[in-house]
Amino acid sequence: MSNETPLWEVFIRPRNGLAHKHVGSLHAADEALALSAARDVYTRREEGTSIWAVRSDAIVASDPARAGQNFDPAEDKIYRHPTFYDIPEDVGHM
Amino acid sequence: MYSQGLIGADGGSEETQEFLDAFQARIDAEEKIEPTDPMPEGYRRTLVRQIGQHAHSEVVGMLPEGNWISRAPSLKRKLALLAKVQDEGGHGLYLYSAAETLGVTREQMTEELLDGTAKYSSIFNYPTLSWADMGAVGWLVDGAAIMNQIPLCRCSYGPYARAMIRVCAEESFHQRQGYEIMLTLCKGTPAQKEMAQDALNRLWWPCLMMFGPHDGDSAHSEKSMKWKIKRFSNDELRGKFIAATVRQAEFLGLTIPDPDLKWDDSLNGGKGGYHHGEIDWSEFWRVVKGDGVMNVERVEMRKAAWDDGAWVREAALAHAAKRSAKMAAE
Repeated sequence: MSNETPLWEVFIRPRNGLAHKHVGSLHAADEALALSAARDVYTRREEGTSIWAVRSDAIVASDPARAGQNFDPAEDKIYRHPTFYDIPEDVGHM
Repeated sequence: MYSQGLIGADGGSEETQEFLDAFQARIDAEEKIEPTDPMPEGYRRTLVRQIGQHAHSEVVGMLPEGNWISRAPSLKRKLALLAKVQDEGGHGLYLYSAAETLGVTREQMTEELLDGTAKYSSIFNYPTLSWADMGAVGWLVDGAAIMNQIPLCRCSYGPYARAMIRVCAEESFHQRQGYEIMLTLCKGTPAQKEMAQDALNRLWWPCLMMFGPHDGDSAHSEKSMKWKIKRFSNDELRGKFIAATVRQAEFLGLTIPDPDLKWDDSLNGGKGGYHHGEIDWSEFWRVVKGDGVMNVERVEMRKAAWDDGAWVREAALAHAAKRSAKMAAE
């Protein structure tokens, strides 16, 4: 067993109806301690109404070296945006 | 104060000129650098050192104030001080996390603090002798820290900048509660006001030293400015701090212990600024090198906390391992 306490990523829902958002990380031995530390560290000033904690090593991330390959193709697909289509003003709001 | 973290930093890199130029172009375009982005080794090393030193400063900074929690003069002051010290623990955590994104572990950083390889801000090697010091620390030490930290919110390294945004949002209460303590003392009995003046006398010069050596003597500043780790020079920040603080001291009816402090309209390109007396740099270097009044005790206390907590860390990990083994068996 490693003597390093595992790293967790913390996500907070600021208000009812909003999505959880990443706020930072912390070290904790298990789920219960991670939630308890997250509460103490990240919600001292009413920042949240709900907490998610996820082991950092459980996160799958895209490869930054392939960022171009992954995300550039969307750049020239302007027809995926509403402003690409001309609608006469007389039609009204659409 | 965190420019003190740059003392002795080795910004040297062995990358090709092409790589360095491409990196610099991203910095110049105000792009944020993220943990998985390519970066020069010198940039990474400089940040590990500065963020680590900053984190250690937050954690060691809990000690001079923790010292006064049980002796706070009222419940209100005790609550404020507890909240402030708890915030500082949190700030240490945000910063350690930011440093960890650069490939250094919490355990490594802690060991470096305890064996003296890593430093923390020189200001915390001064003792807090009276209740007025709680006022002066909040007002001046946190004031100086905020002066340093606001530009760090725009630091080129994303995780550090994001940590600083959280820290700055929380820190302004620290300075205000300190100033309010000073206000109360200054409106009190002559003995209380004298206590406030004494705290200012003792902490003023060490606070000016928090900004680090003069620009001409700050060997590694230039590279940090170029990489936008740092946005203002040590002397610029020190000047801003003095200009902001003089008025606040006047309002309190306290005297800044510098007979050479003088306003000059011609400084800062006509915006004006203060000339200040000579800072005792020999004292600064003595404290940085370990010979301040509190250096030994501060590190001993951190070491005791780390060693005494070892069984808790081990027990928590053992419990977690046992539970996950049990769950796997079910």
